[in-house]
Amino acid sequence: MTSNRKDVVENPLRRYVRPGILPTIFCTGCGGGTVLNCFCRAVDELGYDPHEMVMVTGIGCSSWIPSPYFLADTLHTTHGRAIAFATGVRVMSPGMKVVVIAGDGDVSGIGGNHLIHAARRNVDITVLMVNNSIYGMTGGQVAPTTPPGVRTTTTPHGNVETEFDVAGLVAAAGATYVARWTTWHLYDMVRSFKEALEHPGFSFVEIIGQCTTSYGKAVGKRGPADFLTEYRERSVRLARAKKMSEEELEDKIVVGCLKQKESPEFCQRLYDQVDQVSTAALGAEEYP
Amino acid sequence: MSVRERYLSRFTNRTVFMMGDEAAAMGALFSGCSFFGGYPITPASEVAEVMAREMPRVGGYYVQFEDEIASISGIIGAAWCGALSMTATSGPGFSLMQEAIGYAVMTETPCVVIDVQRSGPSTGQATKPAQGDIMQARWGTHGDHEIIAVCPWSVQECFDLVRESFALSEKYRTPVIVLMDGAVGHIREPLTYPAFTDNDIPARPRANAGDLVFGGSPVPPMAQIGDRLNVHITGSTHKADGIRDVSTREVHEALVLRLNDKIASAREALTRLDTRHMEGARVAVVSLGAAARPALGAVERARAAGHPAGFIRLVNVWPFPGPAITLLLENVDAILVPEMNLGQLSRELERFAGCPVRPLPKIGGVVHNMDEIHTALLELLS
Repeated sequence: MTSNRKDVVENPLRRYVRPGILPTIFCTGCGGGTVLNCFCRAVDELGYDPHEMVMVTGIGCSSWIPSPYFLADTLHTTHGRAIAFATGVRVMSPGMKVVVIAGDGDVSGIGGNHLIHAARRNVDITVLMVNNSIYGMTGGQVAPTTPPGVRTTTTPHGNVETEFDVAGLVAAAGATYVARWTTWHLYDMVRSFKEALEHPGFSFVEIIGQCTTSYGKAVGKRGPADFLTEYRERSVRLARAKKMSEEELEDKIVVGCLKQKESPEFCQRLYDQVDQVSTAALGAEEYP
Repeated sequence: MSVRERYLSRFTNRTVFMMGDEAAAMGALFSGCSFFGGYPITPASEVAEVMAREMPRVGGYYVQFEDEIASISGIIGAAWCGALSMTATSGPGFSLMQEAIGYAVMTETPCVVIDVQRSGPSTGQATKPAQGDIMQARWGTHGDHEIIAVCPWSVQECFDLVRESFALSEKYRTPVIVLMDGAVGHIREPLTYPAFTDNDIPARPRANAGDLVFGGSPVPPMAQIGDRLNVHITGSTHKADGIRDVSTREVHEALVLRLNDKIASAREALTRLDTRHMEGARVAVVSLGAAARPALGAVERARAAGHPAGFIRLVNVWPFPGPAITLLLENVDAILVPEMNLGQLSRELERFAGCPVRPLPKIGGVVHNMDEIHTALLELLS
């Protein structure tokens, strides 16, 4: 795909993309490409060697962001279970950055149990959840993140459920880095990805992103600009949100780093215990 | 010498009285198992308990996951990072694991899954043994596939067959099911430990740069996460380089046929039958696992009285040793099949026996007693 024209400058981030794999399968205007772009930039700015990273994904459009596009070891798993697979990967791969990129249905719907327990364990993996408010790949069915009232193919009379505050859930469950941005917030997203990747513990970034095809159809938006305009207008940074009332915050998207704290990390505790127990066992003459 | 070898060397030639579940866990330690994903369930919990106690002593990792789906997902992830990995469960958990077992088949991930069968369906008689998962082990996950499943009948064999399962899973790059049952899992018998050295750990053929990891040979070499080869692992239909191609019929056909054929073509090598008293036998008792224990007693009692009774026990149930059984039964008039379900093994045997098959099902959470098998055997003999 490299151009031979001298006046065309190759995107320097292109080296993070698996050769011969572009163009992506994403729909025109999809937020997935933006997330891939920001993720590559974060990796580049951190100076990471992608050979020391492993991407773990589930099922859904957002799982395609790293798989197959990002050039690194990639474990594309079953629906909802990426975080569980990633936990096994992380335990056996000290020194590797383990990153899950997946969608809201995958992570907070079918995989919700794994999400809260990985957060509780504070296992050192980074989860980037792209929230497009709908099951996009299957054609636009209601998701746990779909706001009430929205008509989807499986809520033809309007959604009678309330949407999940996934970032809030993960923070409450024990994650030690939690942030939320939208695809409007490119530089914030890059910075947050870097913070999440560098954070020793369970880090979670929710990226509210546009599904122009399925969600656009459901809410009457025609293209990515409609979504991005809305994200810009509805987003409130955390510092400002703290000064606003609950009524004022209704219908707003609170963005920013919502939680950051240090706490003992699961794998390190496990490694330390194994060291301790194996040393003691070897010291014991008889069957301990 | 590894921490594992130094620790396990103290067990060499020792005979210890223990449960089948515990022996299965010790078998995993002696196989080089370095990652265990656990979730409590009767009657398999003792496997997890021993693994939790012993794994750190050999430098391995025990992780108790939030459910059985996570356990098997975690061990598959660990396997791709170089671990010999295992999980253990019972019927309900085994049902939950089926999707991921299919993922392991499709991605050619070596791992060992112990199913200590209990009485179902559903919660059934949760604490009672059964053999109702023979067909679930074979066909539980969706789509065309072959599977390897072994059925220990004693504490010693729980240990031995878990070791063999690790070797088979690496050799064929496939999940292997250890189909125990609650009776074998909870019975207490002596186990004699062999010697252990690090060389006993099954070697995994590893890919070099440029090698095909998902095709090109019946069992391709594995590239591991961290090998700097940008391995792409997916449960979707993929080409030999691992990249998805879900729309080309030939790609899917070649992949699935190879995955099936690598096991099916090894049927003879994977056939393991425990046969006794088959010379001149007119009626044979064919069984596996716990049901084979009273079956052997019944056969020996009949033989002692001069009756031409024979005994066949399937040590490996999948791939089904059909051709070998056909051969063994050439001169047999009928077979009796005691099993702790409503006829899963006998139905499969009908395809290969070449003689009348008399099922002797028993459900309700108890193992057959010798008398009832003996009575049915004498009936068939007359």
